[in-house]
Amino acid sequence: MELKLNVNGRNIKADVPTEMLLVELLRERLGLTGTHIGCDTSQCGACVVHVDGVSVKSCTMLAVAAEGTRVVSIEGLSGPGGGNALHPMQVAFHENHGLQCGFCTPGMIMSAIDFAGRHTAPTEAEVRHWLEGNMCRCTGYQNIVASILAGTAAIHAETSTSSMEAA
Amino acid sequence: MGNVTGIGASILRKEDLRFITGRGNYVADIKLPGMTFAVFVRSPHAHAKLLGIDATAALAMEGVVAVLTGADMKADNVGGIPCGWGITGKDGLPMKEPPHPAMAYEKVRHVGDPVALVIAETVDLARLAADSVVVDYESLPAVVGVLEALRPGAPAVFEDIPDNLCCDWEIGDRAATDKAFAGAAHVAKISLVNNRLVGNPMEPRAAIAQYERATDRTTLWSTSQFPHVVKLLMGNFVLGIPQHKLRVVAPDVGGGFGVKQFHYAEEAVVTWAARRLGVPVKWVSERSEGFVSDAQGRDHVSEAELALDETGKFLGLRVRTLANMGGYLSTFGPNIPTNLYGPLLAGVYTTPAIYCEVKVVFTNTVPVDAYRGAGRPEATFLLERLVDVAASDMGMDRVAIRRHNMIQTSAYPYQTPVMMEYDSGDPSGCLDRALALGDWDGFAARRAESAKRGKYRGIGLATYVEACGLAPSRIAGRLGARGGLYESATVRVHATGDVTVLIGTHCHGQGHETTFAQIVSDKLGIPADKIEVVFGDTDKVQFGMGTYGSRSLSVGGSALAKSVDKVILKGRKIAAHLLEAGEPDIVFEDGKFSVAGTDRSLRFDEICLAAYIPHNYPLEVLEPGLEEQSFYDPINFTFPGGAHVAEVEIDPDTGTVDLLSYVAVDDIGTVINPMIVAGQLHGGITQGAGQALCESAVYDDASGQLLSGSFMDYAMPRADIMPNMKILTHSTRCTHNDLGVKGCGEVGTIGSPATVINAVVDALSPLGITHVDMPAAPNRIWRLIQAAGLPKAAE
Repeated sequence: MELKLNVNGRNIKADVPTEMLLVELLRERLGLTGTHIGCDTSQCGACVVHVDGVSVKSCTMLAVAAEGTRVVSIEGLSGPGGGNALHPMQVAFHENHGLQCGFCTPGMIMSAIDFAGRHTAPTEAEVRHWLEGNMCRCTGYQNIVASILAGTAAIHAETSTSSMEAA
Repeated sequence: MGNVTGIGASILRKEDLRFITGRGNYVADIKLPGMTFAVFVRSPHAHAKLLGIDATAALAMEGVVAVLTGADMKADNVGGIPCGWGITGKDGLPMKEPPHPAMAYEKVRHVGDPVALVIAETVDLARLAADSVVVDYESLPAVVGVLEALRPGAPAVFEDIPDNLCCDWEIGDRAATDKAFAGAAHVAKISLVNNRLVGNPMEPRAAIAQYERATDRTTLWSTSQFPHVVKLLMGNFVLGIPQHKLRVVAPDVGGGFGVKQFHYAEEAVVTWAARRLGVPVKWVSERSEGFVSDAQGRDHVSEAELALDETGKFLGLRVRTLANMGGYLSTFGPNIPTNLYGPLLAGVYTTPAIYCEVKVVFTNTVPVDAYRGAGRPEATFLLERLVDVAASDMGMDRVAIRRHNMIQTSAYPYQTPVMMEYDSGDPSGCLDRALALGDWDGFAARRAESAKRGKYRGIGLATYVEACGLAPSRIAGRLGARGGLYESATVRVHATGDVTVLIGTHCHGQGHETTFAQIVSDKLGIPADKIEVVFGDTDKVQFGMGTYGSRSLSVGGSALAKSVDKVILKGRKIAAHLLEAGEPDIVFEDGKFSVAGTDRSLRFDEICLAAYIPHNYPLEVLEPGLEEQSFYDPINFTFPGGAHVAEVEIDPDTGTVDLLSYVAVDDIGTVINPMIVAGQLHGGITQGAGQALCESAVYDDASGQLLSGSFMDYAMPRADIMPNMKILTHSTRCTHNDLGVKGCGEVGTIGSPATVINAVVDALSPLGITHVDMPAAPNRIWRLIQAAGLPKAAE
């Protein structure tokens, strides 16, 4: 089945079997192996990407269901300056030691960015609740929670700076 | 040296960039030209005769390359999967060591036992074809639990081992312990189960093998914690591939926790298939497949007694444990519930007489082996629960009874009655600080406040000692290890003064690229970003035993430190020549070689350049180049220890246990990077809290089916079960390695199950409850409360 979508800013045309999952399209066809597969029951969240700005477990969505959407995977993130600049949430995970083996990290970061878009001043409890769909076996979550709080604050600080500049 | 990237600095991790940008390179990410995809057909029965395999339908599908079976492996003379430890029983006889075929033939012994490998051009096709393979089984009665397995007439997992007993092992002085009990004023008793766990690193296991006919070289990419050991075991014992023709690569690996420190059948099967077919073969485990094929952890049934005098002094400890090995012996399997368990039963106490016997038992379940902590959490859980029971029996304070029996700091080095000589430690210092940090003294007010809200609140503590830094080869050899347990490191100094470290440990989250660079940075006085740490490829790294048993820093780091010292030694010789001074007069400090008492000096990079461009160089007495290698074998284990305190609140209406606070004070020796240490503790404690509160591998007793076989059923710890933990280190130096390091990878997992359950039992103690088995999940707690008759929460 023919499929058109935009992945990380590039328009993609692909002929895919109807049973192909979005995560398979990203990993196997497009070589975007930063999106990981950690389970087969849609629990772990290692495969989270954004579809039209909303975090989605790409193991639970058919590729053909992404027709006409804008998909962003971990490889498609960049900072406010664009190019190779890191996204503030990526910086926050680095600065707060929010990762160890790195396997759950792309899903965590993509999920966290969606969270940051929905909360301006979140509590620790809200972050922990949001992470229900993302598992980590290394960090005990403590530094992931710290990273998300710091990353969320950084994103909103940036937004308020740029809106002040715009004004 | 005051170096900003040296020992003791919380520098951010060098390895993070590739992971936060999705550029990690895990085995599942690797694509090779002409690659084929493999799916295993696995037994749905826990115990059955394998009568035949019909792959006609699968082979008829277009794109299916091959269907291979255990019989094919047998015909190719492929060896069984070897066990790395051979323990010896009470009777002086070696353990029973039945064959472990890489793919089953004749019989399957657990659900998930592989029986065939289907290889196809795509993974979807391989899956489809695997479904069409018809396997003829004759189902046999299965045995799941250790108690059932030892019962006369139980189904035999192996025909020639009718009692299912692998080994009846012991440690300690039985007569002295019996005597201590005879003179005791009180004997405290406990019966407990240490629940079986599934390690579940977030990255599922995977293997890719490639054979190049032109060079006769075989490469295996594997999610392994010890690629060199896989190369040795698989090459030498299973497939007969000469060591110089075999390369094993473990690239980025997504967590290990012990689960990836074994030589697995799948590695050998995939490699054998790639050589036989002449095409690259890739296998990636699915999560539910991992549940029935990754070695599992714990699974003990124990009874223990502690003899005390009238003051609460421990006189003797007697322990009887039944340990489940599952259907085959995994690489370290028999070592875990014996050598890594019995010798830890002294804990941090002066108990003079200890006797422990362990029956190691086969069952029709997934093999059991090391999982983070491996034997030591089991020992700590048993001992620290028993101490609480003793305190409760005798009406003594839980802290006071521990202090009364604790090894005094001045008594180190301390020889225990169960083999170990602890080199250093300060258990009472750790305890004091943990009690203060956890506000032990202020607990009564918090309990009363919870009671007002109708909740049961409890506080618990546990001390522990761990033997890690595996291991002194000589001692390990006496205990049954079939290999050495040293580590190796090469320091390759480039002409520019940049450094590449080649080390035999493997990093799968621990931050070695940063920590090891800090050691080099500290010693050479160069920034950490000029140092690259390479591991995980047997073609690049000389040799190594890999990463497990909290050994990387204390054994690998010590090898690294020795190599750096050799570099400095050679640098001094070069500097003495160039500066026209005597070698004894050369001082190396802050990255500069100077002539003592003068202003004449050369920078480290100038010496490196001279070593590679030896125009003015003492070639008669010194080789050019600057690269040094060391193999380091420790003379003793290292002994991290500590004290942890946890507080819980239980809702009697739902049985839910809320872990409110967790405090850990650990003695891990010299700390290289405090940020990374805290991260290791967070993860370790959460895994232990997971065992205590939610995780459990549950098998159906009759059928041997794993009921908790996916993340839908197996309760992994999520972010909302944990509080923000408070971590402190209270270190004494290890006395037998130059860095003074002990290791921190497992300490969190060792201390936490006992700490959390002691808190849970304390919360329920007003109901007369004296023990709670793990996991303290809501259904178990609710039933206990119901059975106790629902009295009011304690004031």
